[in-house]
Amino acid sequence: MDAAAIFDTVVRAHGDAAYELTLDGTKDPFFRVRAASWREVALFLRDDPALDFQFLQNLTAVDWIKQERLEVVYHFWSYRLRHGCVVKIDLPRDKAEVASVATIWKAANWHEREQFDLLGVAFLDHPDLRRILMPDDWPGHPMRKDYVEASAYRGMPTTRANTLELLPIWDKDKKP
Amino acid sequence: MSELILAYEASGEEMTLNMGPQHPSTHGVIRFIIRTDGEVMHEAIPDVGFLHRAIEHIAEKCTYEGFMPYTDRVDYVCAMPANHVWAMAVEKLADLEVPERAEYLRVISDELNRISSHCIALGATAMDIGAITPFTYILREREYVNELLEMLCGARLTYNYHRIGGVGWDMPAGWRDKVLRWCDHFEPVMAEFDRLITNNELFVRRLANLAVISADEAMSYGLVGPNLRASGVDFDVRRDVPYSIYPKLKFDVPVGRGLVGSVGDAWDRYWVRAQEWRQSVTMIRQCLAQIDGTDKEFWKQPKKLKPKGDAMVRVEAARGDMSCYVVGDGGTNAYRARFRTGSFDAMGIIREKSRGLMVADLVALIASLDVVAPEIDR
Repeated sequence: MDAAAIFDTVVRAHGDAAYELTLDGTKDPFFRVRAASWREVALFLRDDPALDFQFLQNLTAVDWIKQERLEVVYHFWSYRLRHGCVVKIDLPRDKAEVASVATIWKAANWHEREQFDLLGVAFLDHPDLRRILMPDDWPGHPMRKDYVEASAYRGMPTTRANTLELLPIWDKDKKP
Repeated sequence: MSELILAYEASGEEMTLNMGPQHPSTHGVIRFIIRTDGEVMHEAIPDVGFLHRAIEHIAEKCTYEGFMPYTDRVDYVCAMPANHVWAMAVEKLADLEVPERAEYLRVISDELNRISSHCIALGATAMDIGAITPFTYILREREYVNELLEMLCGARLTYNYHRIGGVGWDMPAGWRDKVLRWCDHFEPVMAEFDRLITNNELFVRRLANLAVISADEAMSYGLVGPNLRASGVDFDVRRDVPYSIYPKLKFDVPVGRGLVGSVGDAWDRYWVRAQEWRQSVTMIRQCLAQIDGTDKEFWKQPKKLKPKGDAMVRVEAARGDMSCYVVGDGGTNAYRARFRTGSFDAMGIIREKSRGLMVADLVALIASLDVVAPEIDR
Protein backbone atom coordinates (compact mmCIF):
# COMPACT_ATOMS: atom_id res chain seq x y z
CA MET A 1 0.00 0.00 0.00
CA ASP A 2 1.21 3.50 -0.65
CA ALA A 3 1.14 6.30 1.88
CA ALA A 4 -2.24 7.68 0.76
CA ALA A 5 -3.96 4.29 1.08
CA ILE A 6 -2.41 3.72 4.52
CA PHE A 7 -3.61 7.16 5.60
CA ASP A 8 -7.13 6.41 4.34
CA THR A 9 -7.22 3.14 6.27
CA VAL A 10 -6.22 4.91 9.47
CA VAL A 11 -8.71 7.72 8.92
CA ARG A 12 -11.56 5.27 8.27
CA ALA A 13 -10.92 3.61 11.63
CA HIS A 14 -9.88 6.56 13.76
CA GLY A 15 -11.42 9.64 12.18
CA ASP A 16 -9.49 12.84 12.62
CA ALA A 17 -6.83 11.31 14.88
CA ALA A 18 -4.67 11.23 11.77
CA TYR A 19 -4.34 14.41 9.73
CA GLU A 20 -2.13 16.35 7.32
CA LEU A 21 -1.12 13.70 4.84
CA THR A 22 1.87 15.14 2.97
CA LEU A 23 2.76 13.62 -0.38
CA ASP A 24 4.34 16.48 -2.32
CA GLY A 25 7.52 18.31 -1.48
CA THR A 26 8.77 15.61 0.82
CA LYS A 27 11.12 12.70 0.18
CA ASP A 28 9.14 10.23 2.28
CA PRO A 29 5.36 10.82 2.43
CA PHE A 30 4.14 11.15 6.00
CA PHE A 31 1.08 11.96 8.05
CA ARG A 32 0.57 13.33 11.52
CA VAL A 33 -1.28 11.78 14.42
CA ARG A 34 -2.70 13.66 17.39
CA ALA A 35 -0.75 12.86 20.55
CA ALA A 36 -3.94 12.17 22.52
CA SER A 37 -4.95 9.23 20.34
CA TRP A 38 -1.47 7.88 19.56
CA ARG A 39 -1.75 4.64 21.54
CA GLU A 40 -4.95 3.52 19.83
CA VAL A 41 -3.61 4.42 16.40
CA ALA A 42 -0.34 2.61 17.13
CA LEU A 43 -2.18 -0.56 18.11
CA PHE A 44 -4.22 -0.28 14.92
CA LEU A 45 -1.08 0.13 12.82
CA ARG A 46 0.35 -3.07 14.23
CA ASP A 47 -2.79 -5.22 14.34
CA ASP A 48 -4.80 -4.28 11.28
CA PRO A 49 -4.21 -7.06 8.71
CA ALA A 50 -4.10 -4.58 5.84
CA LEU A 51 -1.32 -2.57 7.51
CA ASP A 52 0.55 -5.13 9.63
CA PHE A 53 3.48 -2.98 10.74
CA GLN A 54 5.39 -5.48 12.86
CA PHE A 55 8.62 -3.53 12.80
CA LEU A 56 9.23 -0.18 14.41
CA GLN A 57 12.18 0.70 12.27
CA ASN A 58 13.19 4.03 13.66
CA LEU A 59 12.15 6.48 16.31
CA THR A 60 13.50 10.01 16.24
CA ALA A 61 12.69 13.25 17.95
CA VAL A 62 13.45 16.57 16.29
CA ASP A 63 13.63 19.79 18.25
CA TRP A 64 12.12 22.67 16.23
CA ILE A 65 13.07 25.39 18.67
CA LYS A 66 11.98 28.37 16.53
CA GLN A 67 8.47 26.99 16.22
CA GLU A 68 8.34 26.02 19.89
CA ARG A 69 7.51 22.43 19.07
CA LEU A 70 9.07 19.01 19.21
CA GLU A 71 8.38 16.41 16.60
CA VAL A 72 8.54 12.67 17.22
CA VAL A 73 9.01 10.73 13.99
CA TYR A 74 8.21 7.03 13.73
CA HIS A 75 9.24 4.88 10.77
CA PHE A 76 7.36 1.63 10.36
CA TRP A 77 7.90 -1.32 8.07
CA SER A 78 5.85 -4.42 7.36
CA TYR A 79 7.87 -7.53 6.52
CA ARG A 80 4.83 -9.39 5.25
CA LEU A 81 3.39 -6.66 3.01
CA ARG A 82 6.71 -4.98 2.18
CA HIS A 83 5.49 -1.45 2.75
CA GLY A 84 6.43 1.30 5.13
CA CYS A 85 5.02 4.49 6.57
CA VAL A 86 6.17 7.58 8.41
CA VAL A 87 4.15 9.00 11.29
CA LYS A 88 4.92 12.33 12.91
CA ILE A 89 3.55 13.58 16.19
CA ASP A 90 3.70 17.25 17.12
CA LEU A 91 4.30 18.05 20.74
CA PRO A 92 4.62 21.38 22.53
CA ARG A 93 8.25 21.93 23.38
CA ASP A 94 7.71 22.82 27.03
CA LYS A 95 5.46 19.84 27.69
CA ALA A 96 6.74 17.10 25.40
CA GLU A 97 4.71 14.11 26.47
CA VAL A 98 3.39 11.27 24.35
CA ALA A 99 2.09 7.79 25.09
CA SER A 100 4.74 5.07 25.06
CA VAL A 101 4.47 2.26 22.54
CA ALA A 102 7.02 0.07 24.32
CA THR A 103 4.40 -2.58 25.02
CA ILE A 104 3.30 -2.62 21.36
CA TRP A 105 6.75 -2.85 19.79
CA LYS A 106 9.43 -4.15 22.16
CA ALA A 107 12.06 -2.24 20.19
CA ALA A 108 10.45 1.01 21.31
CA ASN A 109 11.59 0.40 24.87
CA TRP A 110 15.20 1.31 24.19
CA HIS A 111 14.48 3.79 21.40
CA GLU A 112 12.16 5.77 23.65
CA ARG A 113 14.71 5.72 26.43
CA GLU A 114 17.26 7.16 24.04
CA GLN A 115 15.00 9.96 22.86
CA PHE A 116 14.07 10.71 26.46
CA ASP A 117 17.73 10.81 27.40
CA LEU A 118 18.91 13.03 24.56
CA LEU A 119 15.87 15.20 23.84
CA GLY A 120 13.75 15.00 26.96
CA VAL A 121 10.60 13.56 25.43
CA ALA A 122 8.56 12.02 28.25
CA PHE A 123 6.99 8.76 27.10
CA LEU A 124 4.02 8.19 29.39
CA ASP A 125 3.53 4.72 30.88
CA HIS A 126 6.94 3.57 29.71
CA PRO A 127 7.98 0.52 31.78
CA ASP A 128 11.50 1.69 32.48
CA LEU A 129 12.13 5.30 31.48
CA ARG A 130 15.73 5.79 32.57
CA ARG A 131 18.64 7.46 30.86
CA ILE A 132 20.42 5.06 28.55
CA LEU A 133 23.43 6.72 26.95
CA MET A 134 24.28 9.55 29.32
CA PRO A 135 25.17 8.99 33.00
CA ASP A 136 22.20 8.73 35.37
CA ASP A 137 22.85 12.08 37.01
CA TRP A 138 23.61 14.08 33.87
CA PRO A 139 21.85 17.44 33.96
CA GLY A 140 19.63 18.35 31.02
CA HIS A 141 18.98 16.75 27.66
CA PRO A 142 22.02 17.32 25.44
CA MET A 143 20.42 17.28 22.00
CA ARG A 144 17.91 20.01 22.71
CA LYS A 145 18.86 23.02 20.65
CA ASP A 146 19.05 25.33 23.69
CA TYR A 147 21.17 22.96 25.75
CA VAL A 148 24.21 24.52 27.36
CA GLU A 149 26.76 22.09 28.72
CA ALA A 150 27.82 22.70 32.29
CA SER A 151 31.48 23.64 32.69
CA ALA A 152 32.17 20.52 34.74
CA TYR A 153 30.59 17.17 35.49
CA ARG A 154 31.43 15.72 38.91
CA GLY A 155 34.51 17.89 39.07
CA MET A 156 35.72 16.84 35.61
CA PRO A 157 35.95 19.83 33.26
CA THR A 158 33.96 19.36 30.06
CA THR A 159 36.18 21.65 28.00
CA ARG A 160 39.89 22.12 27.82
CA ALA A 161 42.13 24.80 26.46
CA ASN A 162 43.26 24.45 22.88
CA THR A 163 46.86 23.35 23.31
CA LEU A 164 47.86 25.16 20.12
CA GLU A 165 46.72 28.44 21.61
CA LEU A 166 48.90 27.84 24.63
CA LEU A 167 52.07 28.02 22.54
CA PRO A 168 54.23 30.93 23.66
CA ILE A 169 54.35 32.54 20.20
CA TRP A 170 50.70 33.60 20.52
CA ASP A 171 51.42 35.43 23.74
CA LYS A 172 52.67 38.88 22.74
CA ASP A 173 54.12 39.75 26.13
CA LYS A 174 56.11 36.55 26.46
CA LYS A 175 59.31 36.22 24.49
CA PRO A 176 59.64 32.81 22.84
CA MET B 1 21.82 1.82 37.42
CA SER B 2 22.78 2.04 41.10
CA GLU B 3 19.15 1.73 42.16
CA LEU B 4 18.92 -1.54 40.22
CA ILE B 5 21.80 -3.06 42.14
CA LEU B 6 20.39 -1.93 45.48
CA ALA B 7 16.90 -3.18 44.68
CA TYR B 8 18.17 -6.70 44.09
CA GLU B 9 20.62 -6.93 46.95
CA ALA B 10 18.16 -8.17 49.55
CA SER B 11 16.72 -11.30 47.99
CA GLY B 12 17.90 -14.62 49.43
CA GLU B 13 20.32 -16.83 47.53
CA GLU B 14 20.57 -14.42 44.68
CA MET B 15 23.84 -12.76 43.90
CA THR B 16 24.50 -9.63 41.91
CA LEU B 17 27.47 -9.90 39.62
CA ASN B 18 29.06 -7.18 37.58
CA MET B 19 30.31 -8.17 34.17
CA GLY B 20 32.19 -5.44 32.42
CA PRO B 21 32.59 -2.62 31.46
CA GLN B 22 36.09 -3.96 30.85
CA HIS B 23 35.51 -7.60 30.07
CA PRO B 24 37.25 -9.43 27.23
CA SER B 25 34.12 -11.08 25.90
CA THR B 26 31.83 -8.08 25.69
CA HIS B 27 33.52 -6.78 22.52
CA GLY B 28 33.94 -3.25 23.68
CA VAL B 29 32.88 -1.37 26.71
CA ILE B 30 29.54 -2.82 27.78
CA ARG B 31 28.46 -3.66 31.29
CA PHE B 32 26.01 -6.28 32.44
CA ILE B 33 24.49 -6.45 35.88
CA ILE B 34 23.77 -10.11 36.34
CA ARG B 35 21.41 -11.50 38.94
CA THR B 36 22.47 -15.04 39.37
CA ASP B 37 21.75 -18.02 41.56
CA GLY B 38 24.88 -20.10 41.30
CA GLU B 39 25.61 -20.60 37.62
CA VAL B 40 22.06 -19.92 36.44
CA MET B 41 21.17 -16.38 35.60
CA HIS B 42 17.87 -14.86 36.58
CA GLU B 43 18.51 -11.80 34.48
CA ALA B 44 21.30 -9.92 32.79
CA ILE B 45 20.61 -6.21 32.63
CA PRO B 46 22.70 -4.41 30.01
CA ASP B 47 24.11 -1.02 30.90
CA VAL B 48 25.28 0.78 27.79
CA GLY B 49 26.55 4.25 26.97
CA PHE B 50 30.22 3.96 27.90
CA LEU B 51 31.22 4.62 24.30
CA HIS B 52 28.73 7.39 23.64
CA ARG B 53 30.49 9.99 21.50
CA ALA B 54 27.46 12.06 20.56
CA ILE B 55 27.94 11.34 16.87
CA GLU B 56 24.41 12.52 16.09
CA HIS B 57 25.17 15.77 17.86
CA ILE B 58 28.43 16.20 15.94
CA ALA B 59 26.40 15.87 12.72
CA GLU B 60 24.61 19.07 13.67
CA LYS B 61 27.91 20.86 14.16
CA CYS B 62 29.74 20.12 10.91
CA THR B 63 28.85 20.38 7.26
CA TYR B 64 27.29 17.50 5.35
CA GLU B 65 30.61 16.69 3.66
CA GLY B 66 32.60 17.27 6.82
CA PHE B 67 30.61 14.71 8.77
CA MET B 68 31.70 11.83 6.55
CA PRO B 69 34.79 10.78 8.60
CA TYR B 70 32.67 10.66 11.74
CA THR B 71 30.31 8.11 10.22
CA ASP B 72 33.21 5.64 10.20
CA ARG B 73 33.12 5.73 13.96
CA VAL B 74 29.48 4.67 14.13
CA ASP B 75 30.65 1.12 13.56
CA TYR B 76 34.39 0.79 13.22
CA VAL B 77 34.28 -2.93 12.49
CA CYS B 78 32.16 -2.33 9.40
CA ALA B 79 32.60 1.32 8.50
CA MET B 80 31.88 1.32 4.76
CA PRO B 81 28.10 0.88 5.01
CA ALA B 82 27.99 3.72 7.51
CA ASN B 83 29.76 5.89 4.94
CA HIS B 84 27.31 4.63 2.38
CA VAL B 85 24.18 5.34 4.41
CA TRP B 86 25.25 8.91 5.14
CA ALA B 87 26.12 9.59 1.52
CA MET B 88 22.84 8.08 0.37
CA ALA B 89 20.79 10.02 2.91
CA VAL B 90 22.26 13.36 1.88
CA GLU B 91 21.96 12.44 -1.81
CA LYS B 92 18.30 11.62 -1.36
CA LEU B 93 17.73 14.83 0.58
CA ALA B 94 19.47 17.01 -1.98
CA ASP B 95 18.42 15.08 -5.14
CA LEU B 96 21.97 14.31 -6.20
CA GLU B 97 23.01 11.77 -8.77
CA VAL B 98 25.81 9.29 -8.35
CA PRO B 99 27.93 8.05 -11.27
CA GLU B 100 27.50 4.38 -12.01
CA ARG B 101 31.16 3.58 -11.44
CA ALA B 102 30.89 5.03 -7.94
CA GLU B 103 27.92 2.78 -7.21
CA TYR B 104 29.97 -0.24 -8.19
CA LEU B 105 32.93 0.86 -6.09
CA ARG B 106 30.59 1.48 -3.16
CA VAL B 107 29.12 -1.99 -3.40
CA ILE B 108 32.52 -3.67 -3.78
CA SER B 109 33.87 -1.82 -0.76
CA ASP B 110 30.71 -2.58 1.25
CA GLU B 111 30.90 -6.26 0.50
CA LEU B 112 34.62 -6.52 1.20
CA ASN B 113 33.99 -4.81 4.49
CA ARG B 114 31.08 -7.13 5.24
CA ILE B 115 33.40 -10.11 4.79
CA SER B 116 36.00 -8.66 7.13
CA SER B 117 33.33 -7.81 9.69
CA HIS B 118 31.90 -11.33 9.57
CA CYS B 119 35.45 -12.64 10.02
CA ILE B 120 35.53 -10.85 13.35
CA ALA B 121 32.01 -11.95 14.24
CA LEU B 122 32.53 -15.64 13.48
CA GLY B 123 36.04 -15.83 14.85
CA ALA B 124 35.03 -14.05 18.02
CA THR B 125 32.02 -16.31 18.52
CA ALA B 126 34.37 -19.28 18.45
CA MET B 127 36.89 -17.57 20.70
CA ASP B 128 34.31 -16.51 23.27
CA ILE B 129 33.24 -20.06 23.88
CA GLY B 130 36.79 -21.26 24.15
CA ALA B 131 38.15 -22.04 20.67
CA ILE B 132 41.08 -19.69 20.19
CA THR B 133 42.54 -21.12 16.97
CA PRO B 134 39.72 -20.17 14.53
CA PHE B 135 39.95 -16.56 15.64
CA THR B 136 43.63 -16.13 14.84
CA TYR B 137 43.14 -18.20 11.72
CA ILE B 138 40.32 -16.08 10.32
CA LEU B 139 41.91 -12.83 11.38
CA ARG B 140 44.71 -13.66 8.95
CA GLU B 141 42.10 -13.57 6.18
CA ARG B 142 40.78 -10.29 7.49
CA GLU B 143 44.27 -8.85 7.12
CA TYR B 144 44.04 -9.49 3.38
CA VAL B 145 40.78 -7.56 3.21
CA ASN B 146 42.29 -4.74 5.21
CA GLU B 147 45.23 -4.65 2.79
CA LEU B 148 42.86 -4.51 -0.18
CA LEU B 149 40.85 -1.70 1.35
CA GLU B 150 44.05 0.10 2.25
CA MET B 151 45.09 -0.03 -1.41
CA LEU B 152 41.69 1.37 -2.33
CA CYS B 153 41.39 4.22 0.15
CA GLY B 154 44.48 4.41 2.29
CA ALA B 155 42.91 3.33 5.55
CA ARG B 156 42.45 -0.02 7.19
CA LEU B 157 39.55 0.55 9.57
CA THR B 158 38.01 3.99 9.32
CA TYR B 159 37.91 4.49 5.60
CA ASN B 160 36.27 7.84 4.84
CA TYR B 161 36.01 6.55 1.28
CA HIS B 162 32.49 7.35 0.14
CA ARG B 163 31.70 10.93 -0.76
CA ILE B 164 28.44 12.75 -1.19
CA GLY B 165 27.90 12.26 -4.90
CA GLY B 166 30.36 9.41 -5.41
CA VAL B 167 33.52 7.95 -3.93
CA GLY B 168 36.83 9.53 -3.07
CA TRP B 169 39.12 7.59 -5.42
CA ASP B 170 38.95 5.23 -8.33
CA MET B 171 40.41 1.73 -8.12
CA PRO B 172 44.22 1.78 -8.27
CA ALA B 173 45.87 0.01 -11.20
CA GLY B 174 45.98 -3.75 -10.75
CA TRP B 175 43.60 -3.69 -7.79
CA ARG B 176 40.90 -5.55 -9.66
CA ASP B 177 43.14 -8.55 -10.28
CA LYS B 178 44.32 -8.56 -6.68
CA VAL B 179 40.73 -8.73 -5.43
CA LEU B 180 39.93 -11.54 -7.83
CA ARG B 181 43.02 -13.45 -6.75
CA TRP B 182 42.01 -12.98 -3.14
CA CYS B 183 38.48 -14.28 -3.92
CA ASP B 184 40.05 -17.42 -5.40
CA HIS B 185 42.10 -17.78 -2.25
CA PHE B 186 39.21 -17.13 0.14
CA GLU B 187 36.72 -19.63 -1.26
CA PRO B 188 38.62 -22.72 -0.06
CA VAL B 189 39.26 -20.97 3.25
CA MET B 190 35.50 -20.74 3.86
CA ALA B 191 35.14 -24.47 3.28
CA GLU B 192 38.08 -25.13 5.56
CA PHE B 193 36.62 -22.90 8.24
CA ASP B 194 33.38 -24.87 8.07
CA ARG B 195 35.31 -28.10 8.58
CA LEU B 196 37.28 -26.57 11.40
CA ILE B 197 34.52 -24.98 13.44
CA THR B 198 31.03 -24.60 11.92
CA ASN B 199 30.32 -28.33 11.91
CA ASN B 200 32.57 -29.13 14.84
CA GLU B 201 30.56 -31.25 17.23
CA LEU B 202 31.64 -29.42 20.38
CA PHE B 203 30.82 -26.10 18.81
CA VAL B 204 27.43 -27.26 17.55
CA ARG B 205 26.46 -28.73 20.90
CA ARG B 206 27.42 -25.54 22.61
CA LEU B 207 25.36 -23.25 20.37
CA ALA B 208 22.43 -25.35 19.13
CA ASN B 209 19.12 -24.53 20.84
CA LEU B 210 20.77 -21.73 22.80
CA ALA B 211 18.74 -18.51 23.21
CA VAL B 212 16.17 -19.31 20.54
CA ILE B 213 14.53 -16.15 19.16
CA SER B 214 11.23 -16.67 17.36
CA ALA B 215 10.36 -14.71 14.23
CA ASP B 216 7.71 -12.65 16.05
CA GLU B 217 10.10 -11.79 18.85
CA ALA B 218 12.81 -10.84 16.39
CA MET B 219 10.47 -8.48 14.55
CA SER B 220 9.03 -6.94 17.69
CA TYR B 221 12.44 -6.36 19.24
CA GLY B 222 13.59 -4.82 15.99
CA LEU B 223 16.36 -7.30 15.26
CA VAL B 224 17.76 -6.80 11.77
CA GLY B 225 20.12 -8.36 9.31
CA PRO B 226 21.62 -11.78 10.03
CA ASN B 227 19.98 -11.94 13.47
CA LEU B 228 16.55 -11.48 11.89
CA ARG B 229 17.18 -13.88 9.03
CA ALA B 230 18.41 -16.52 11.47
CA SER B 231 14.94 -16.43 13.02
CA GLY B 232 13.43 -17.36 9.67
CA VAL B 233 12.34 -13.96 8.37
CA ASP B 234 13.29 -13.78 4.73
CA PHE B 235 14.20 -10.13 4.41
CA ASP B 236 17.27 -8.41 3.12
CA VAL B 237 17.39 -4.68 2.45
CA ARG B 238 19.65 -5.29 -0.55
CA ARG B 239 17.00 -7.39 -2.25
CA ASP B 240 13.70 -6.05 -0.86
CA VAL B 241 14.35 -2.30 -0.65
CA PRO B 242 16.90 -2.19 -3.45
CA TYR B 243 19.48 0.56 -3.56
CA SER B 244 22.66 1.26 -5.49
CA ILE B 245 23.34 -1.47 -8.09
CA TYR B 246 22.12 -4.44 -6.07
CA PRO B 247 19.20 -5.04 -8.47
CA LYS B 248 21.80 -5.87 -11.14
CA LEU B 249 23.45 -8.56 -9.04
CA LYS B 250 22.34 -12.12 -8.54
CA PHE B 251 22.57 -13.39 -4.99
CA ASP B 252 20.72 -15.56 -2.51
CA VAL B 253 19.55 -14.50 0.91
CA PRO B 254 20.45 -17.19 3.45
CA VAL B 255 17.72 -17.74 6.04
CA GLY B 256 18.02 -19.73 9.25
CA ARG B 257 16.68 -23.24 8.89
CA GLY B 258 17.49 -24.80 12.24
CA LEU B 259 19.87 -27.32 10.71
CA VAL B 260 21.19 -28.55 14.05
CA GLY B 261 18.58 -27.26 16.49
CA SER B 262 15.64 -24.86 16.39
CA VAL B 263 15.21 -22.02 13.93
CA GLY B 264 16.59 -18.86 15.51
CA ASP B 265 19.13 -20.39 17.87
CA ALA B 266 22.66 -19.11 18.34
CA TRP B 267 24.08 -21.58 15.82
CA ASP B 268 21.67 -20.34 13.14
CA ARG B 269 22.83 -16.79 13.70
CA TYR B 270 26.38 -18.01 13.25
CA TRP B 271 25.50 -20.07 10.18
CA VAL B 272 23.68 -17.24 8.40
CA ARG B 273 26.82 -15.10 8.64
CA ALA B 274 28.97 -17.91 7.33
CA GLN B 275 26.64 -18.20 4.32
CA GLU B 276 26.70 -14.45 3.76
CA TRP B 277 30.43 -14.66 3.19
CA ARG B 278 29.79 -16.77 0.10
CA GLN B 279 27.15 -14.39 -1.21
CA SER B 280 29.46 -11.42 -0.70
CA VAL B 281 32.22 -13.10 -2.65
CA THR B 282 29.90 -13.80 -5.61
CA MET B 283 28.69 -10.20 -5.48
CA ILE B 284 32.25 -8.89 -5.59
CA ARG B 285 33.01 -11.10 -8.58
CA GLN B 286 29.91 -9.86 -10.43
CA CYS B 287 30.70 -6.23 -9.68
CA LEU B 288 34.28 -6.57 -10.87
CA ALA B 289 33.04 -8.17 -14.08
CA GLN B 290 30.52 -5.38 -14.71
CA ILE B 291 32.54 -2.35 -13.63
CA ASP B 292 34.63 -2.32 -16.82
CA GLY B 293 31.69 -1.15 -18.90
CA THR B 294 31.15 2.03 -16.88
CA ASP B 295 32.35 5.57 -17.49
CA LYS B 296 35.51 6.77 -15.83
CA GLU B 297 33.71 9.35 -13.72
CA PHE B 298 33.47 8.35 -10.05
CA TRP B 299 32.51 11.52 -8.21
CA LYS B 300 29.99 14.22 -9.08
CA GLN B 301 30.90 16.76 -6.47
CA PRO B 302 27.86 18.82 -5.46
CA LYS B 303 28.36 22.56 -5.92
CA LYS B 304 26.00 23.88 -3.30
CA LEU B 305 24.70 21.65 -0.56
CA LYS B 306 21.92 23.33 1.39
CA PRO B 307 19.02 20.88 1.29
CA LYS B 308 15.73 21.32 3.05
CA GLY B 309 13.32 18.66 4.25
CA ASP B 310 13.86 15.19 5.66
CA ALA B 311 14.81 11.82 4.25
CA MET B 312 15.36 8.31 5.51
CA VAL B 313 17.42 5.65 3.77
CA ARG B 314 18.28 2.09 4.68
CA VAL B 315 21.28 0.01 3.76
CA GLU B 316 22.24 -3.51 4.72
CA ALA B 317 25.31 -3.22 6.92
CA ALA B 318 27.09 -6.23 8.42
CA ARG B 319 24.83 -5.95 11.45
CA GLY B 320 21.73 -5.48 9.37
CA ASP B 321 19.47 -2.65 8.40
CA MET B 322 21.39 0.52 9.16
CA SER B 323 19.28 3.53 8.45
CA CYS B 324 19.95 7.20 8.57
CA TYR B 325 17.27 9.81 9.06
CA VAL B 326 18.50 13.26 8.18
CA VAL B 327 16.68 16.56 8.50
CA GLY B 328 17.90 19.67 6.71
CA ASP B 329 16.69 23.21 7.34
CA GLY B 330 18.37 24.90 4.38
CA GLY B 331 21.72 25.40 6.07
CA THR B 332 25.12 23.86 5.40
CA ASN B 333 24.77 21.55 8.41
CA ALA B 334 22.21 18.87 9.09
CA TYR B 335 19.49 20.01 11.46
CA ARG B 336 19.14 16.53 12.90
CA ALA B 337 20.70 13.23 11.95
CA ARG B 338 19.84 9.89 13.40
CA PHE B 339 21.55 6.56 12.88
CA ARG B 340 19.54 3.48 13.56
CA THR B 341 21.90 0.59 14.08
CA GLY B 342 21.45 -3.13 14.45
CA SER B 343 23.48 -3.60 17.62
CA PHE B 344 21.34 -1.15 19.58
CA ASP B 345 18.25 -3.30 19.15
CA ALA B 346 20.15 -6.58 19.47
CA MET B 347 21.30 -5.34 22.86
CA GLY B 348 17.70 -4.69 23.86
CA ILE B 349 16.76 -8.35 23.56
CA ILE B 350 19.55 -9.67 25.79
CA ARG B 351 17.71 -8.96 29.05
CA GLU B 352 14.75 -11.01 27.87
CA LYS B 353 16.82 -13.85 26.44
CA SER B 354 19.24 -14.14 29.35
CA ARG B 355 16.64 -15.48 31.75
CA GLY B 356 17.51 -19.04 32.74
CA LEU B 357 20.79 -19.20 30.83
CA MET B 358 24.09 -20.17 32.38
CA VAL B 359 26.53 -17.33 32.95
CA ALA B 360 28.93 -18.85 30.42
CA ASP B 361 26.16 -18.93 27.82
CA LEU B 362 25.60 -15.20 28.15
CA VAL B 363 28.95 -14.77 26.45
CA ALA B 364 27.81 -17.03 23.60
CA LEU B 365 24.55 -15.10 23.33
CA ILE B 366 26.31 -11.74 23.07
CA ALA B 367 28.75 -13.09 20.51
CA SER B 368 26.02 -14.74 18.42
CA LEU B 369 24.11 -11.44 18.21
CA ASP B 370 27.33 -9.81 16.98
CA VAL B 371 26.93 -6.62 18.99
CA VAL B 372 29.63 -4.03 18.61
CA ALA B 373 29.85 -1.47 21.38
CA PRO B 374 30.36 1.74 19.34
CA GLU B 375 27.35 0.91 17.23
CA ILE B 376 25.16 0.67 20.32
CA ASP B 377 26.30 3.92 21.84
CA ARG B 378 27.17 5.99 18.78
